Amino acid sequence: MRRSVTATATHIPELESVLARYSREESQLIPLLQDIQDHVGYISSESMQAAAAHLNIPESSVYGVVTFYSQFYLTRQGRHKVRVCQGTACHVRGAGEIIRAVSARLGIKPGETTKDFEFSVERVACFGSCALAPVMVVNEKVYGNVTPEMAIRILDELT
Amino acid sequence: MTFSEIQSRAQAAAEPFLDSRRPRILVGASTCGKAAGADDLLAALPGHLKEMDLDIEVSQVGCLGLCYAEPLVELRSAEHPPLLFSGVTTESLGGILTAYYRHGGGSALATMGDQPHGDAPPFEQLPMLEGQVRVVSRNFGRIDPENIDHYMARGGYAGLARAVEMDPAEVIDEVRTSGLRGRGGAGFPVATKWNFCCNEEADQKYMICNADEGDPGAFMDRSVLESDPHSTLEGMIVGAYAIGASEGYIYVRAEYPLAITRTERAIEQATAYGLLGDNILGSGFSFHAKIKKGAGAFVCGEETAMLASIEGKRGMPRTRPPFPAQKGLHGKPTNINNVETLANIPVIMAKGGAAFAQNGTEQSRGTKTFALTGKIVRTGLIEVPLGTTLRHIVFDIGGGIPDGKAFKAVQTGGPSGGCIPADLLDLPVDYEHLAEAGAIMGSGGLVAMDEDTCMVDVARYFLEFTQAESCGKCVPCRLGTRQLLQLLNSMARGDSKPGDIDLMLDVAHSVKIASLCGLGQTAPNPVLTTVKYYRDEYESHVNDRRCPAHKCEGLLRYAVDADACTGCTACLRACPAEAVTGEPREVHTIDPKKCIRCDACYQACKFNAITKS
Repeated sequence: MRRSVTATATHIPELESVLARYSREESQLIPLLQDIQDHVGYISSESMQAAAAHLNIPESSVYGVVTFYSQFYLTRQGRHKVRVCQGTACHVRGAGEIIRAVSARLGIKPGETTKDFEFSVERVACFGSCALAPVMVVNEKVYGNVTPEMAIRILDELT
Repeated sequence: MTFSEIQSRAQAAAEPFLDSRRPRILVGASTCGKAAGADDLLAALPGHLKEMDLDIEVSQVGCLGLCYAEPLVELRSAEHPPLLFSGVTTESLGGILTAYYRHGGGSALATMGDQPHGDAPPFEQLPMLEGQVRVVSRNFGRIDPENIDHYMARGGYAGLARAVEMDPAEVIDEVRTSGLRGRGGAGFPVATKWNFCCNEEADQKYMICNADEGDPGAFMDRSVLESDPHSTLEGMIVGAYAIGASEGYIYVRAEYPLAITRTERAIEQATAYGLLGDNILGSGFSFHAKIKKGAGAFVCGEETAMLASIEGKRGMPRTRPPFPAQKGLHGKPTNINNVETLANIPVIMAKGGAAFAQNGTEQSRGTKTFALTGKIVRTGLIEVPLGTTLRHIVFDIGGGIPDGKAFKAVQTGGPSGGCIPADLLDLPVDYEHLAEAGAIMGSGGLVAMDEDTCMVDVARYFLEFTQAESCGKCVPCRLGTRQLLQLLNSMARGDSKPGDIDLMLDVAHSVKIASLCGLGQTAPNPVLTTVKYYRDEYESHVNDRRCPAHKCEGLLRYAVDADACTGCTACLRACPAEAVTGEPREVHTIDPKKCIRCDACYQACKFNAITKS
């Protein structure tokens, strides 16, 4: 077990410095994983092993937590993160049409990443910007009152 | 330093900001304001001011609640009354600044002074403010949320100062007098909850603020934390004092980065002022608060699931008893209150429970904030006394339904709530009446729906959400939500069987009574209320394979009206699926096999030549 962690640390140098910032209590697991994802972009099996060893908990518990929370990604994500809000206000104002248009243009389903790792598309429950519905967030920029046409234009400007 | 010394120092520091006769520019910069363009305005302002040779400070404030009018800018000067401008863009900004600072005018939405100025009415007299009573949102847009002095100068932390002079039991009594009930959804009396936890003997107790606002269509808690974070923090410290907790967590959704930043600032500032931390205001009472970021699980809004999540585990609820007040976080007595609930506490402690109880109804005291969204003219964050009618909220405050469409329903309580039809518009909004109608108060999302909204689609939308968010621990919720969703999906596709509506009701009742936690117990509400009030729509889907609102994609076909089509190619260019073909200036056609029903062609066409059937 310890050996695999040492090996991991050499693979992902960021990991070691992230782990060093956390005490070894189980309640640190979620903030630790959030921090790893901020640095590495997703949660790899090496990261899960390292987190388990650091907190002295079974790897299965770490995997359980990672797969429970929708915020954690198990695979590498695209350079541009396209998140289409599926909140109630967005839904009644046409979010479904937007996600269909975005998926059709990029050729991927929500939750997937394009083969060239340029785009990931995700449906998000609610950004709480309901007054601007429908909302689409590309990387960190929030677009309000989006139409399918506008969504495609936004994507095309990024390629 | 004594509290009155801290207070007078804060007042002196905040005075230049709160005096509206001093030149200053305020920009509404909460998440909605920023998304609507406030950040661009903040970036452009220094250049404009330099060009006009004006030395005026620019401040960021929270949300005034007029989301439809964002971004909002308030201009102040020594010579003219303060004016509020709406829908400001980087293009219009220069003209607005010139009109106000050079000529004292401009087409403002409102004045922040007492008297009308030209066509601009005082802010409080705007139609959207009619009937609103702002208690929780008392400081929204009026203070810099990152400045504790502003909060204190408007009466902040006086409630805490009074509380720590009292006996914990007296604090609980004051809250009992107010009649305050939990604003997170269930409406449990706050004093009773605090009393449970207060009566437990333990070496350690926890006070938790639930800011995991997961209901789609709700943003009250985000607005509170972004516009006035100290208000919730003060309420939390008072609560901790009442129950005897020395540690606490604010559990915030990770999707709310700005709320997290501003709450962090509030914790730092309150600690620096001796209002949080060790020996608060010299009373001997110590309380430490930390932020926990959520990781994207709706069920974590449920108390026991949230505790599991804070402990670093999968956020799954557990059976009660034992209740969190007995065995909560790390097995210790724990009290959990929602953001808005806590934001009421400082007012109750400062002005007394009896004053608070003057608003609202016999069973539902005080005011409630609502996120008013959907198909409505004036979207925004509102606060009204409990017992206000839906009609007043939708038509007077919200300005009714846009584009001349007919009102169909208002959805309350998110995925746990229900749809309330037009003939119940005079329903007073309080805990009891909403429950009677089959909906719930929930945390406060109110989504208006017009004639173009399909109620089967709405129910399907919510079940898709709850099915995905069901944690999977108990069978009725895990399997029941899936069965409900499958039945709704088949209705939306047009391949359901006769009897499916009754089968669905049967499953819905089972899920409601047999599920472990609130998520499952309320998940069938959207189905039950839509069938109750709109059964004819379900029957059209099942018996006639028809979606009356032209919404359900499986029952929808797009076509080109050959007589109206001018061959302008707008639809062809808009289509992301290459389903539209045709030469310029000739009639176009849509291939139904390729069509993904995204509505792009319909929206792009300027000649009404795209038909939906």
